[in-house]
Amino acid sequence: MNMEASNTESTSLPDQTDLAKKRDLMQQRVSRSLKRRHNQETRFKLMGMAAVGTALAFVLLLFVTILSKGLPAFWQAHISLEIYFDEEIIQIDEKPVRMVNESEAAFNQRMLAWQTQLGFVNFNRIILDAISKEIPEARDYQRDAMRLVTSGERFGLRNMVQEDPSIIGTSQRLWLLADANVDVWMKGNINRELGDAQQQLSARTRDWVDELEAKGVLKNRFSTALFMNPDSRSSLASAGLAGAFVGSLMMMLIVMFLAVPIGVASAIYLEEFAPKNKLTDLIEVNINNLAAVPSIVFGLLGASVFILWFKMPLSAPIVGGLVLTLMTLPTVIIATRSTLKAIPPSIRSAALGIGASKVQAVFHHVLPLAIPGILTGSILGIAQALGETAPLLLIGMSSFVASVPGTPFEQSTALPVQIYLWQGNELRNFFEARTSAAIIVLLALMISLNAVAIWLRKHFETRW
Amino acid sequence: MEQPTMGAMQMTFDDKKESKPASGAIKMSARDVKVFYGDAEAIHGVNMDLYENEVVAFIGPSGCGKSTFLRCFNRMNDTIDIARVTGEILLDGQDIHDKKLDVVQLRAQVGMVFQKPNPFPKSIYENIAYGPRLHGLVDNKSDLDEIVETSLQRAGLWKEVKDRLDSPGTGLSGGQQQRLCIARAIAVSPEVILMDEPCSALDPIATSIIEELIDELKGSFTIAIVTHNMQQAARVSDKTAFFHLGDLVEINATREIFTNPQDSRTEDYITGRFG
Repeated sequence: MNMEASNTESTSLPDQTDLAKKRDLMQQRVSRSLKRRHNQETRFKLMGMAAVGTALAFVLLLFVTILSKGLPAFWQAHISLEIYFDEEIIQIDEKPVRMVNESEAAFNQRMLAWQTQLGFVNFNRIILDAISKEIPEARDYQRDAMRLVTSGERFGLRNMVQEDPSIIGTSQRLWLLADANVDVWMKGNINRELGDAQQQLSARTRDWVDELEAKGVLKNRFSTALFMNPDSRSSLASAGLAGAFVGSLMMMLIVMFLAVPIGVASAIYLEEFAPKNKLTDLIEVNINNLAAVPSIVFGLLGASVFILWFKMPLSAPIVGGLVLTLMTLPTVIIATRSTLKAIPPSIRSAALGIGASKVQAVFHHVLPLAIPGILTGSILGIAQALGETAPLLLIGMSSFVASVPGTPFEQSTALPVQIYLWQGNELRNFFEARTSAAIIVLLALMISLNAVAIWLRKHFETRW
Repeated sequence: MEQPTMGAMQMTFDDKKESKPASGAIKMSARDVKVFYGDAEAIHGVNMDLYENEVVAFIGPSGCGKSTFLRCFNRMNDTIDIARVTGEILLDGQDIHDKKLDVVQLRAQVGMVFQKPNPFPKSIYENIAYGPRLHGLVDNKSDLDEIVETSLQRAGLWKEVKDRLDSPGTGLSGGQQQRLCIARAIAVSPEVILMDEPCSALDPIATSIIEELIDELKGSFTIAIVTHNMQQAARVSDKTAFFHLGDLVEINATREIFTNPQDSRTEDYITGRFG
């Protein structure tokens, strides 16, 4: 300060040594602060790296646990049996063939009667016969023997006969799905030291399992049951995801075809055409608020509006899809609006200046540039909807549904709800792995959705 | 940058202009045009005539309303929600605010070139072809090809881009992009071209190319150009209009404005005392 004053006073004679000193002092200060700044920078970088590292570690942990728990569920215990379709046991008429001049109704009636007859056949006896070929004393301990094969397999055999009655009287070696408890025992998912009272299988069955496994009759094989079957409570080993998967798929399609067009259209209108006034301000605030509403509230809304008022069916994907659409709309609108906002106004001016109408300017020039952003926003919204559980619980989609829905109006469940149901199953030893397997399927679906989003964005971006 | 040297009036005038007959018919005229942004009045009742085949330069300090006024001629102010224009603007004697006149039609007749080059993120060909196709000016591909070629030729860009019409317009240099925008504007055969500081983002060489282009274009178009560069106004324009704080202070033949300004504010501005 002093120097500055003296400098201005005696500009004709600046003090050279003073100036040099001042410069030195400044240099020192700068170099000192420089060190501090470098340290600060290094610290910040390290903290950032640590944060990223921690996040990655947790993600890795998640994936490792889920994969290590879930992957074994894709391989299930199977038992190889020589099945003889005994004509003594399967005493049924010939499969009806439609005759000339026969009406369809009449034929269906005859077919139904035949199927009912087939339904009365005791396929358990066929399975028991087959088991007794491997274990001679099985006949004396039927209950213990029948615990080896999951109860759903008798319907598998029945379906084989129904498809092709000519197999009656022949025999073939089949891999049948073993009971869930056999699977648990073989994989060591239950403590083998526990006493009989705490074991799910009788001591005799456990011995047989060990014996058959040693012979190679019982084996872990890749199973499609998880993908092909709907949920089951009587035959746990054949419980699958098919119903939930199809239900989720239907809901996703509904969300895609409702939320994306409606959301994008409202965003375009609000952003490009709507006058800026109190009303549109209010709408904007409300859309932003809706995006933050807890999803379970949308479930309540769906239950009271779609089910109680519109009398739509309970547990149906159509209702789930509509609820998820309502939930996804704000996300799509906000993403689309922010994308449209980011398109430089010069593009609009250019189009308008050459005589394009407002609609033409938007659809010819603004929208094509906004497509990557809109797609990303939409797909993220859909992925979020796919993983949503809470609203679905309130519209009855958490009920046990043992069929694959054929239309969106039939009862169904959804993947995340199925995960929720399975993780609460009483047979935890078996369903822990199955739950993780269901999570793997859900994650795979989401990752592929996001991959599609990334691909689409790249595809539309690389054009210019 | 240029102002300090202005005192000596070392300006180059295009003397050909002086010999040119003092123009023909009035192309556009503005009567008592006021522009409001919300409640604030940005332009306070301006009267002006644009004559056919004449270049009028709008000069004035920043914020004086010259761009706002220019944008009145093709109703680009309509796109600003809070802007409101009053008064009368005629194109060939017809009110451009007339309900019967579609703004799309107006903008086909009164083209615009913007401050920052703003080609569409499409190919060079598509940039030019967009307007004619939009207005249905062509029936077939060969007509369109011809329009693209002649427009690019008139904008002096044909030789540089004829082999890469399919490459993106945004890949050109700044000066080329601005000429592409001019070509795009003339492709729909407008009668008037409005230029809003077309050279402010360009280097001196690109600027001089555009200036030559303006000189050629005025043979077929009426041109109004906003500029911050007074030498540019002197070089390219027949008439110069000086704006200050929303008023049209003075409009006269360019040489008159720069050598014999009638208003003290004009003199102060062109001699660099403010602005």
